[in-house]
Amino acid sequence: MVALTTSDVERIAALAHLELTADEKALFARQLAGILAYAQQIQALDTSGVPATAHVHAGAHPEREDEPRPCLPRDEALGNAPDAAPEAGLFRVPRVIG
Amino acid sequence: MKYEPVIGLEIHAQLRTHTKIFCGCSTAFGAPPNSQVCPVCLGLPGALPVLNRRAVDYAVKAALAVGCGIQRESIFARKNYFYPDLPKGYQISQYERPLALGGSLEIAAGGRKRVGLTRIHLEEDAGKSLHEGFPDSDRRTYVDYNRSGVPLIEIVTEPDMRSAAEAAEFFERLRDILVWIGVNDGNMEEGSLRCDANVSVRPTGQSAFGVKAEVKNVNSFRYVQKALEYEIDRQIDVLEGGGRVLQETRLWDSSAGRTYSMRSKEEAHDYRYFPEPDLPPVVVDEARIEAVRRTMPELPEARRRRFVAAYGLPEYDAGVLTQSAALADYFEQTAAAAGSPKAASNWVMGELLRTLKERGVAIGDVPLSPAALGGLIRLVEKGTLSSSIAKDVFATMYDSGRSADEIVAAEGLAQIDDESALRAIVRSVMAANADAVAQYRAGRMQTFGFLVGQVMKSSGGKANPKLVNQVLKDELAT
Repeated sequence: MVALTTSDVERIAALAHLELTADEKALFARQLAGILAYAQQIQALDTSGVPATAHVHAGAHPEREDEPRPCLPRDEALGNAPDAAPEAGLFRVPRVIG
Repeated sequence: MKYEPVIGLEIHAQLRTHTKIFCGCSTAFGAPPNSQVCPVCLGLPGALPVLNRRAVDYAVKAALAVGCGIQRESIFARKNYFYPDLPKGYQISQYERPLALGGSLEIAAGGRKRVGLTRIHLEEDAGKSLHEGFPDSDRRTYVDYNRSGVPLIEIVTEPDMRSAAEAAEFFERLRDILVWIGVNDGNMEEGSLRCDANVSVRPTGQSAFGVKAEVKNVNSFRYVQKALEYEIDRQIDVLEGGGRVLQETRLWDSSAGRTYSMRSKEEAHDYRYFPEPDLPPVVVDEARIEAVRRTMPELPEARRRRFVAAYGLPEYDAGVLTQSAALADYFEQTAAAAGSPKAASNWVMGELLRTLKERGVAIGDVPLSPAALGGLIRLVEKGTLSSSIAKDVFATMYDSGRSADEIVAAEGLAQIDDESALRAIVRSVMAANADAVAQYRAGRMQTFGFLVGQVMKSSGGKANPKLVNQVLKDELAT
């Protein structure tokens, strides 16, 4: 079993901008450790000589022509946002330091 | 102690496509905010990216122009981080398998050295955050996603530069090539070309690198030089003071003329890269590379060498004339029309470039055609026009669009080559300056120059100076 501490979970949660309760931290530490143990099991397999596979659908490489297509009307684009300034045509979020 | 700087650059160049890299939204600059967005570049659930063919071709073209090896298969990856200008929560970039590896570019600084390239990869641009200028800017940030998904190439160099001047020249040479081959518009004010620099210093003679800082936001050749000079001095001061240089990101503040530390709010830079499952590998085979190669114009270095070999121009002239493809084209057309490459080079580098600079006009917008300038040069070469009058005619042509022949005929500017006409002028000048003539005949040879000047003046500058000398000597001797 892979050891995963509560502080590991706190660090990952901070990177993902998630707030977790103490119970959730304990639960996720156990569940994440289970996932890592599964990955460790797979890593034990001998894959030398097997080419790396980034994708399963090898052979298809669709590309599009460089031709403009209609965009979303701005009202619709802004419409899904939790906050926006429609008159300025801008999305609005809590201040971030540039 | 003496210190040596070590510099590497990361340059982001926007590719001149009509549409974004993964969707059909326009990339035109200056559109109203959020008017060029769609579900793909807004990162809406369920939207899927499809790669723009021209973006790949342009990236391949750039890679070939600087001698990179194209990887037959390259892979897009997700670079995960949180910032509001990144709507998906990740940027689609290339990581472990970039489009191209290696290559190099020659610079003149440091005695013609080659700066090695590490890699060139394709990626999408982020949106634009607006932190200031709104009533609630103390609490809110505004975001425009028009730029989100605009195709970029990132060009990463080896840590091969040893001075701020070398780095600035490299950036400028790279821009010239990208603009020359038509994949980038070179417009740094609109953000089409951006430069970050990694810089460290080490005691001269030491082979291990010092701790580096990344300086961001240096988006002009002058700022690259000034920001790096500042940062190099700052790091030397830290070391001399017994301190340690921190590995950090610093921002260049052009108005204050200094760099300052940009403390990241994230606890760690862990981008958790993984292959982008929504995009298959990019495949660039030999046939495609060849097809791109066929669209490649003659590159600046090759053209410079050809100008020296084929036209017999000095290295200096060839270097100036190949600063841009448009200027080189203009020169070649002028040379063909003039029939004399060296004279064409002198006129293009002299009168033409000076006039463009004075009036702030770009070479692409010159009102004077190469054929017209060639016509003027022909008249000078034939001896019809004196070179000083030709300069006046040039100015008139530039402003009026009239041909040289027309102006010369209308204003009676043709050089006086007719010996009998000249002899008449010489005689009248000698009659009017009997004292000077007497002095010359008495042995004061300097008076000759004065008399030549009087003849030129009296002819309105049109007398052929060679002929004046000859006729004057002749007349004074009799």
